[in-house]
Amino acid sequence: METLLVLAHVQDDGALSAADLETLGAAVGLAGALGAPLTVGLMGKAVQAAADSIATCGAQAFLAVEGEDFATARYATDVAAVEALARKSGATLVLAPATSRFARALPGVAVRLDGRIETHVCALTPAEGTLKIQRWYYRQRMQATLDRAQRPWLLTLDRGVFAPWSGSPGTAAVEKVEVAPPACRTQVVGYETPDADAQTIRPDAKLLFVAGAGWTRKQADGQTHVPEAEKLIRDFLDLTRASLGSSKSLVDQSSESGAVISFLSHFNQVGQTGATPRHPKGLATCCHGEEPHTVGWRFIGERRAINLDANCGWAIGKADVLYVADAFQVMARVNELLK
Amino acid sequence: MSVAFHIVVCGSLVPDPLQTLTPVMGADGPALKNELMLPAVLDPFAAHALYEAANLVKKTPGSKIWLVSLGNKAKLQQMMMTVAQKVEFELVALDGSASGFTDSFETAAALAGAIGAIPGLECERLLLFGGCASASRDAGTTLQMVGERLGLADQFLAVDELEVQEDGSLKIWERIEGGSYQVSVCAGAPAVLGWATGNLPEPPNNPQIGMKNMRTVMPALQRAAKVPLAAGAAFAAVELPAQQRQTRIVKDMPVDEIAQEIVDWLKK
Repeated sequence: METLLVLAHVQDDGALSAADLETLGAAVGLAGALGAPLTVGLMGKAVQAAADSIATCGAQAFLAVEGEDFATARYATDVAAVEALARKSGATLVLAPATSRFARALPGVAVRLDGRIETHVCALTPAEGTLKIQRWYYRQRMQATLDRAQRPWLLTLDRGVFAPWSGSPGTAAVEKVEVAPPACRTQVVGYETPDADAQTIRPDAKLLFVAGAGWTRKQADGQTHVPEAEKLIRDFLDLTRASLGSSKSLVDQSSESGAVISFLSHFNQVGQTGATPRHPKGLATCCHGEEPHTVGWRFIGERRAINLDANCGWAIGKADVLYVADAFQVMARVNELLK
Repeated sequence: MSVAFHIVVCGSLVPDPLQTLTPVMGADGPALKNELMLPAVLDPFAAHALYEAANLVKKTPGSKIWLVSLGNKAKLQQMMMTVAQKVEFELVALDGSASGFTDSFETAAALAGAIGAIPGLECERLLLFGGCASASRDAGTTLQMVGERLGLADQFLAVDELEVQEDGSLKIWERIEGGSYQVSVCAGAPAVLGWATGNLPEPPNNPQIGMKNMRTVMPALQRAAKVPLAAGAAFAAVELPAQQRQTRIVKDMPVDEIAQEIVDWLKK
């Protein structure tokens, strides 16, 4: 019989993130389907408030590794904390959100526990008392369904796939797991976050706006119009609060000293070597390319594209609507209508 | 304070991103159709790690790079024809499957064993580099497991920038959620850095570097040990996503009407 442990790291404000709640929702559903006991494992500076917020989730136990040493995301302390929680719970299945913090630490935990790990899990299917999962391979180009005999099996769940747990708060009886903080040679000294207005990556946005290299190419008059492109894109993002994605070729121009959209960075890159974000809608402009590049919007719900090529591989069979038109003209008019 | 690093870059081959990939089920688990015939490139994130390593070597005289690569020996040789012209390194080759369907746990064990056996490698100078995730398995787990097996407790994932400070400590920028960076300072080597894209362009081919590298590349390939790797997992199915969209192509529509249609769609 399986035993489940669901992990969450408590944020600075003492709350759990949306990703934590999604993973908890998946774990609660899975525990019910498998008839397996569920333990919640929390880590952070102070966890009681977070535990209380999910006290009625149906978990049999709440374990916590707590303290200043475990407040920040750092491999040495995170691995020690998760290892202790996993050992204490005796879990055969360990579920965690695919956050940067768990992505860094959980593989090391798998080695310490002689377990195995799968990441970017996008489906959990209970079958005959055990579990099959789905995840993508080759950068979202093929999807596999698999299971494993080896336990413990650590799984990180992708964001935006599972319904978040919701329920009333209560009072959780949290059992503290004592972990001697390992000697640390690493200190987190800060965070760099763009100003809210300058931030163009918005994971919770309803729309992903994808800018392709066509924005910096010569236009009908034989000239490039990069400043104009920048203004059109910036205005659209301000008006819609969309998240900005970009093709690799456009992002690469910045490191190759080409004409660039100044607010683009590798963070914005989607596709084979970039991100594959999840948004309800996507609008691609001036994007060209075949299958490898279009994986950038594999997980976008409704998709529309604007470009000058009616046979573009980026759009045919992959977008719901392709507007064969000049994106400069269309986006200028769109911005006027949105104002 | 000048520090000479021993930089080990883990990176293997993946199918050229422009190739069409089709999964097939074999007796040993899933694979790619005609996998050995597909043109291969150095895994993109690992390539960034290699370029960052070369950049670091330029700034820290006395440093050295080893490229540890696990893949089909013949394909590794092909890949070296281009990679070896870009950055000076010593190759450590392992002859095994670079398939995305192999188990990262076993792959990590093989890589850690090979790294531990590199003659002259000094742990206190070691920087273990690699990509933050491969373009094949795309799990983002192998490098941390290699580090864990080597006893390296300072690990960083999705790194875009590394700065060696005056006192020899390492200032590291890691990508975290929402387009932000977490900035950490590590006392110094040894450490593990799983690189994202970094900020460097691909170095141009340099035939002189190629000639120098090839003197060690061919012997390394000849002595590459066979590494049997299993899938580990039981794969029930591996499928391509269905082509679901019936694209409506809108031609010859006035700009005003297109814009209005898009705005209406956005507001829905």
